[in-house]
Amino acid sequence: MNLDAALQTFIAESRELLEDMENALLNVDLACDTGEAIAAIFRAAHTIKGSAGLFSLDHIVAFTHVVESLLDEVRDCRVVLNDEMIVLLLSCCDFLNGMIDGLATGNFESDPDTKAEGEMLLAQLRRHMACACEEPAEGALAIPAEPGVERIGDGGGEERGDNDFWHISLRFGRGVLQNGMDPIAFLRYLAKLGTIKAIATLPDALPLAEDMDAELCYLGFEIAFDSPADKEAIEGVFEFAADDCDIRIIAPRSKVSHYVDLIRALPEQAARLGDILVRCGSVTARELEAALNQQHAGEGAPGEAAPPQPLGSILVEGGNVPPVVVEAALAKQKQVSDQKAQESRSIRIDSEKLDKLIDLVGELIIAGARANMIGQHIQNAELQECTSILSGLVEEVRDAALELRMVKIGATFNRFQRVVHDVARELGKDIGLIVSGEDAELDKTVVEKIGDPLMHLVRNAMDHGIESGEARVAAGKPAKGMIKLNAFHESGSIVIEVSDDGGGLRKDKIFAKAVERGLVDPERKMSDSEIYNLIFEAGFSTAEKITNLSGRGVGMDVVKRNITALRGSVDIGSREGQGTTVTVRLPLTLAIIDGFLVQVGSSIFVVPLDMIEECIEYATEPGQDYCNLRGQVLPFIRLRQLFRIDGACTRRESIVVLKLGALRAGLVVDTLLGEFQTVIKPLSPIFSEVKCISGSTILGSGEVALIVDVAALMHTVGGRAAAIAA
Amino acid sequence: MSANAAVSQFAIDGEFTIYRAADLKTELLDALRKTQVLEVNLGGVTELDTAGLQVLMLAKQTAHADKRELHLVAHSPAVVEIFQMLDLGAFFGDAVLIH
Repeated sequence: MNLDAALQTFIAESRELLEDMENALLNVDLACDTGEAIAAIFRAAHTIKGSAGLFSLDHIVAFTHVVESLLDEVRDCRVVLNDEMIVLLLSCCDFLNGMIDGLATGNFESDPDTKAEGEMLLAQLRRHMACACEEPAEGALAIPAEPGVERIGDGGGEERGDNDFWHISLRFGRGVLQNGMDPIAFLRYLAKLGTIKAIATLPDALPLAEDMDAELCYLGFEIAFDSPADKEAIEGVFEFAADDCDIRIIAPRSKVSHYVDLIRALPEQAARLGDILVRCGSVTARELEAALNQQHAGEGAPGEAAPPQPLGSILVEGGNVPPVVVEAALAKQKQVSDQKAQESRSIRIDSEKLDKLIDLVGELIIAGARANMIGQHIQNAELQECTSILSGLVEEVRDAALELRMVKIGATFNRFQRVVHDVARELGKDIGLIVSGEDAELDKTVVEKIGDPLMHLVRNAMDHGIESGEARVAAGKPAKGMIKLNAFHESGSIVIEVSDDGGGLRKDKIFAKAVERGLVDPERKMSDSEIYNLIFEAGFSTAEKITNLSGRGVGMDVVKRNITALRGSVDIGSREGQGTTVTVRLPLTLAIIDGFLVQVGSSIFVVPLDMIEECIEYATEPGQDYCNLRGQVLPFIRLRQLFRIDGACTRRESIVVLKLGALRAGLVVDTLLGEFQTVIKPLSPIFSEVKCISGSTILGSGEVALIVDVAALMHTVGGRAAAIAA
Repeated sequence: MSANAAVSQFAIDGEFTIYRAADLKTELLDALRKTQVLEVNLGGVTELDTAGLQVLMLAKQTAHADKRELHLVAHSPAVVEIFQMLDLGAFFGDAVLIH
């Protein structure tokens, strides 16, 4: 196994698990079934410990071990999870995250800088455990220990045969304990899936006292297990020990011969195993005897004549026959293939590979367009039919490929549970988070970039939106404030809403502030939404905090700019006294956009269509860099000059009116060529310093067109052709 | 631990886990060798894991092989839970207080 690759997987997995753990922690009080949430937290800690053990990351194992122990006590109801512990466990999550980050940078030992922090956390964890061990010890006795005693009532109970249980045979490898795994913990977890009807613990492999190493594992278990779970689920329990443990699972009502095979494959004496199986109720003595006889007769094994013998002696004889090598090999193969089937349900792919695929699909689209053009040129009907089918398929492939990059927004949303939890504590407000529409999908790049703006919006809503508890109660609202995150799809874009049930925006104050800042004329009549949107204006917020103003305003212009950079838009709605909703609209993908083709000289450029307001005819006095657009001054940029393109202007130039946020400017071009579905291709790193161009695309004719970066364009020429606020 | 000729006492407290298993194995076996009958008090055990359990099982087997006796007494809830889950009552053959 390539350990490096495995380590990367471990790091990625651990991060996910920690995220899960964090979410589960935050949801513990919300979840109706606390048991399940706690089990999820425990599993996360346990898995990390187990995997860390595989890589001999002793510092992680040691730390998680304590976390796990505490969680174990919580799970067994010996300790009650309280607020203080949740905060502590969250800090542990952070600490673990730190260790994993360290690992990612190649630091395999514990970091001396954070050692003190780790020890402090451990001490706190132990304190919770210690008090737990002493005081509720009596109380715990009242709780029926493990579900091993009672049988879960089942209507079909009577018609079930004696072997109506799974039979699980476990032989743990010597190294499991050193790898940080505890067979008992696996069994505890197994018991969650069903009922352990009978269990036999086999100490047979224990060597003599002197030879026994207390840190190696020698135990084996034979278990009769009653569970509605399927084989994969049961195997899943032991997934982490799979390399380290010999697992055999026999389904309920299996042929008795399977049990015989099992007996032969296991290292212990057959007679003893036979007894154990019978005792577990997995198979009856009579059945076993019959099956053995049959097999012996069929095989005609050398030295074993056919006459039927009593069970014991056959088994003893069977024990003398060494486990059939082929059989063992088959069992092993099956185990491997089962495991593979489990793994193949989801695949982790390097995002670079996906990007490469999208790139290739882009090439395919371009090549397809070219083939189509040639087909039309040659006027061969068959070829045309062929290319038309081809382009249909290519389109499907394109959609499927883009789909691959789509991820659910849920993971991003769930991170906010922690943010809300922490910020609420910081602010001393009681605030909850409701998340909906987690299943809405959008491009991975967009998801990555939307995190920060969303964070800003959520923090803002908590800080300025939601009033203090007393104010809420006075207003007749529940003391606990609510932030809501929602996402849904709407005509080719995704809409994300951040709403709060706070005091809402106060129009008069916003308007007054805007007038004070010189953003609007005091005489101007504005609609409500226009006023609300003022808070996104760059000049609205300043370094001084505007918390005394009921509205938001801290850095909202930054939020807007970030969202616009993703070709998205943001809007705000509010009702005084009832709350505010910020609506963010984003394109589903960044890989393909609607573009507008323009031509200057012999070069063709693509302008993102949604940045274009309108196209007008070029008409201005010579030497002026502005024109009159319905009574307003419109500054413009001559693309020919900007990119120093040779050749004379055409007789009729046009102006493309661009709008970026509040800025409006014109772009003078020779010819307008119309809309074009644009596959964005990044420029090679050599051109990374080139301003005003964000990428390139290839036209059906094979020509390259550059995509104009409108934001950079406005920024670069901002000084020369001062764009005015709309 | 008193070195009484007939019955000796040995008490295990706290976590009986892999972190202490090796030490406790040595101590327990030493104690066992010095006496005919050893009573191991498990009242203070707060946690028992597979490694700890193995040491107990090893001690039991060793006692059996050497014709000595090993009794576990005052099982703590943590121990009882493991013994019940793994159905080890018969293996050790000691009276376990059913809580």
